[in-house]
Formats: sequence, C-alpha cells, structure tokens
Amino acid sequence: MLEIRNLQAGIDDKPILKGINLLVNAGEVHAIMGPNGSGKSTLASVLAGRDGFDVIGGEAQYNGNDLLNLAPEERAREGVFLAFQYPVEIPGVNSTYFLRSAVNAIRQHRGEEVLDAMNFLKAVKVKMKELGLGEDFLKRPVNAGFSGGEKKRNEILQMTMLNPRLAILDETDSGLDIDALRIVADGVNRLRCADNAQVIITHYQRLLDYIVPDFVHVLHNGRIIKSGDKSLALELEEKGYDWLIKEAA
Amino acid sequence: MSTVATTDPASAPVEAFAKLEQNGAALMPLRKAGLARFSEAGYPMLRDEDWRFTNIKPLAELPFRPIIDPLGQELRQDQIDGTTLGQLDADRLVFVDGHFNAGLSQIADQPSGVTVTHLANGWAGLERELGSLSGGDDNPFVALNDAFFTDGAVIRIGDGQRLAKPIHLLFFSAAGADGEAEHIRNWIVAGTNSQGTIIESHLSLGQAATVTNVVTESRIGDGAEIEHIKFQDQSTKAFHLASLHSELGRDARYAFHSIALGGRLSRNNLRMRLTQPGIECVLNGLYMLRGQQLADHHMIVEHAAPHCDSHEYFNGILDDQSRGVFHGRILVQPGAQKTDAKQTNKNLLLSDDATANTKPQLEIYADDVKCTHGATIGEMDDDAIFYLRARGLDTSTAQRMLLHGFAGEIVERIQHDAVREELDELVWNRLEAEHKLD
Repeated sequence: MLEIRNLQAGIDDKPILKGINLLVNAGEVHAIMGPNGSGKSTLASVLAGRDGFDVIGGEAQYNGNDLLNLAPEERAREGVFLAFQYPVEIPGVNSTYFLRSAVNAIRQHRGEEVLDAMNFLKAVKVKMKELGLGEDFLKRPVNAGFSGGEKKRNEILQMTMLNPRLAILDETDSGLDIDALRIVADGVNRLRCADNAQVIITHYQRLLDYIVPDFVHVLHNGRIIKSGDKSLALELEEKGYDWLIKEAA
Repeated sequence: MSTVATTDPASAPVEAFAKLEQNGAALMPLRKAGLARFSEAGYPMLRDEDWRFTNIKPLAELPFRPIIDPLGQELRQDQIDGTTLGQLDADRLVFVDGHFNAGLSQIADQPSGVTVTHLANGWAGLERELGSLSGGDDNPFVALNDAFFTDGAVIRIGDGQRLAKPIHLLFFSAAGADGEAEHIRNWIVAGTNSQGTIIESHLSLGQAATVTNVVTESRIGDGAEIEHIKFQDQSTKAFHLASLHSELGRDARYAFHSIALGGRLSRNNLRMRLTQPGIECVLNGLYMLRGQQLADHHMIVEHAAPHCDSHEYFNGILDDQSRGVFHGRILVQPGAQKTDAKQTNKNLLLSDDATANTKPQLEIYADDVKCTHGATIGEMDDDAIFYLRARGLDTSTAQRMLLHGFAGEIVERIQHDAVREELDELVWNRLEAEHKLD
C-alpha cells in the first residue's frame, strides 16, 4: 500500500529525514517510535503534504501513485488520513458542516452518492456514541475551546467517518488519560481490516498495549535504526532508547 | 422647503429651530445647548485622539442639510417585505428620513406593561429623559443630534414584563441630495427583570451621500435581559454616525450586536456604564467592507461596580481599499473588584490595500481584576487551511469555509434564532457574491 524509499526531507535546507525506508502492506499496523526530535512528526507531515517541508530525495509510492506529487486534498481523497498531533481550532466553522463537507468531498471522489444532512447525522451519531462524544459536540465550532482529549477524539471521529485506507496517527496518545486512550484505541481497532493500514507514531509504548502493532520501527536522527515486532516496543519501554542509539552508532 | 442647507451646521439655522420648536418647546434648551457645543467643537479632526483613524473630511465638506420635515418619499409595504429582516415576526416601527411612518408600522401583541411608540407621538416629559445618559459625551455628533433630532423610537418595558415579539426599528434613508441628514433619537427603558429583543436596521433607498446621525439612550434595569441587534446596510455613499449610551443595572444581561455592512463611513460609539454588581455585558460586532468603505467601532466600557463581566468580540473582513477601525477602552474604576473584562478584535485582510487599525486601551484602577485583550490583523491561517485540505477539501473551499467561519463566529452569538439565521444566510450570500477569493 505504502512504499517509502530513501525518503529525505527537511525544512529550509536543514535535512530532518535522512533516508527513510518503509513498506506498509494492507492489513498491517506499524508503530513508529523514537525520541523527541528524531523526525517522527516530520514524516507524518511530509506524507500528508504539509507546506514548508521540502522533499530532498527519495519517493513514496501509495497504491501505485507518487504520493508526494499529490496535493493534500488529493491524498485525503485517495484515502490517506493524518490524525494531527495538534488539531487546529477553527472558530466559527460548525463541526457538522465541516465534517459533512469532508465526508462528501471524499465520497464524491470515490463516485459514491453524497450524504444528505439526515443520513449524515444518522451515521455520525452512531460513531459519536462509540467515542463517548455528547451530541452538543456537533453544534460546536471545529476544535474551538475543546479540551486536549476532545480534540484527539474528534480526530478519531473524523477518521472513522472518512474511513481511510491509510491512517497516520501522529502522537494521538499524547495528553490523553487512560480512559480517553482506551476510547481512541478502540476507535482505531474498529477500523482495522484486511484492506487498510495504520501507521501509529508515538513516543510511548502505552498506546501499543491497546493497539497491537505488527511492526515496530525506531526512528532516530532521520533514519529507521531498528525494526522488529511488538516485543521491540516492550524492550524500549524497559530499556529506553539509548542502548539502541549506541548500537546504531 | 423641507431641508435647510448651510455649509456649517453651527451657523444659526433659524428656520430649522423655529420648526423644531413646534415639536416641543421644552426640548429647546437641549437643542440649543447641543448646537452651542457643536459650535465650539466643530467636526472632529484626525488630531483628535478618538478620531485619529477616521477621517470625516468627506462628510464635513458636504453641505449640511438637516431633514426637519418629511421629504414625502413614498415607501411601499413590498419594499419593506423585501428588506433583510423585513418579514421577521416582530412589531415594526418604520421611519423614513428620521420621521415615523404610521402606515407601514405595526405595533401590537405586546403586554400591557410595554409601551412602544415614537418621540413625535408625545413630546411631553421627554425633556427630563433625553440627554440624561448621553449628556456627558463630548462627541460632536451627539451635540448635533441634540440640536436636530426629529423622531425616533420610545420603548418602555415595564418591570417584570417580557416582549411578546421582538421590536424592529427600521430606519430608511430615502433622501436624494448629498448632505441631507436624518437625526434620529431613540429612548429605551427596560424595567427590573424585563426581557426582550430590539432590532435596529439602517437601510438606504437611494444612492445619495446621505447622513444618518442616530443617538440611542438605554437604561437597562436590575435583572433585565435585553438583546439589541443593530444592522447597518446602507449605500456605499452614505455616512452613518451612531452613538449608544447605556446604563446597566444590577445583574442585568445586555448583549449588543453590530453588523456593519454598508456605508462609505460608519462610526459606532458604544458607551456602556456598568454601575451595579453582577452585570454581564457583551458587545459583539462584524464589519465586512470593500471599495473605499470605512467602519469604526469605538467603545468605552466603564466598570463602576464590582463583579461585572464585559466581553467584546469584533471581527472585520476587509477587502479592496477599505479600512476597519476598532477602539476598545475598558475603564475599571476604583472599587470595581472582580471585574472580568475581555476584548478581542480580529481582522482578516483580503487585499494588500486594506487597512485595519486596532487600539485596545485598558485603564485599571482596581487591583483584583481580570482584563485581557487581543488583536490580530492578517490573512487566513495556513494551519487551518492545511487542516481542512487534509480532510479532502480543496483550497478554495477551505478558504471560503474559513471566511464564513470568521463571520459566523460573530453572527452565532446572536441569541434570537430567526434573526441569527437570517443574518447568517445574508452574510454567507454577501461573502459569496462580493468577496471573491483568488
């Protein structure tokens, strides 16, 4: 589904990613871990198409498309979803209106019928209940004045409604208490199937207790220095990153 | 002759005053004092601190033609029906060029403790009220209004009374000659624990450089809950000078919304006095300008008692060469402890030639208060645009959504459902039609 080859990217000539190689197949969950400043969020931003990051070399193929050549909205319509580390507050834009516009933009692209207000509400209310979001949530402006936990749950709600093929979760666990973490993890687990894949970027092993990955990769200084299965995450939890960094050096 | 033309308002308009005297001799001291104040002050200049961003020279250069008698402009019911909020389920007072039009007005359905009328329906006794709240103001336009007002609404909501329907004041400028000026005076008293919604619309029927000078005094009683919506959508040649003077009682809740869309130059002076504890006062405004338009909101919120909250939210969308001005002064008097005053002014510039001037001013003489202010001037938030694009929306849809949201943030504070919904739709349509994004 996603094949990243020797990806190098940075900001203002300063390289941050220095040759990433990663293969994600449908049906897989990959965790990307690493210390602060290792390039985790840059990888997420580059894959989603955020302005300000320059791709210096390498490539990313997504279902046979050159992902890095697509506009952010084209990536989203092709089924790539980024759950933001810091979801943006958009005062004045109603959550229902925003989410329905997004769902319909993607449905239209897939050649599906657009959802009218009623059918949309029906669908979204079911998902909101699963995520423990109250109904007033839909009347509020997007993320405006939301608590940290509400913002993260909103990301998961959007993900659930947009039903992406490739979901990239950028530190979705940060700032969540254990109950919210479980709700978020349940949301991701419900999405998992043989046709889609998730890339979970996280600093801590904790989230991986709930979303069990097939592969764990350790990112350091812009490179993946170690890959393994879920036991690698447990080992990191126990021993930290230093031994790996020394080993790689 | 129905208007009196002079270049200088202060040059003894004998004829005008002779006519105005017929409306009530008891008001002549107020009028004469107003004229005297204006003679001394003259039109404000850019060097006056309160007017440093708003040049009224184009107005001062017009001949001064106060409209004393009705100009005889015909207005039909269907013209009213076709205006914004024209079909709202409300009691309606229609004024044309500063004169009440009985045929187009309808006042009914209000409880017996509510009086809705207009000044010219009975001048007696008004001399004890008019000017009692605006009197200390040195704004030259208030002085001119004192001198020349012809009519306006009188609303008295008795203690414990609730308006059965909103009261909608419709002010039409129909005058056809540049400089013709309507002087409107409104008087509002909301009794203890009274409730209601009052809407004020200012609209043009012609394209002349007319002048609207409106002064509203409102006394909001203890525990009263009043929402006041001012909608200004005049021709792009019109001058609009408005001044609101409110005194709020204990635990009163007062929300004032200003939607300023029209006019070459509009200025709203808001003067709020919070004289008793427990008040919640919200001033909320949206200005959307293009061409050469200028809109100025100038407010002074005086916290004269402890435990009061005041919040000001003003958003401006500025296109072409337009200018938006915001001046927000919060004055916390000694002893006004536990004041919570918050002020934000956000400006979105859609053109390189548009200008926003914003001036927050906190003057605090109490030590246990919370006062915050924030102002932004800029283009659309790139992070927000990326967020929307990352959800599958194209750039232009994302920009439109943000623009609508920027305006919607203000409109959604209007509590009255029908008014909010209609203004929301209007604002959307205006943005679509007039503010083309690249």
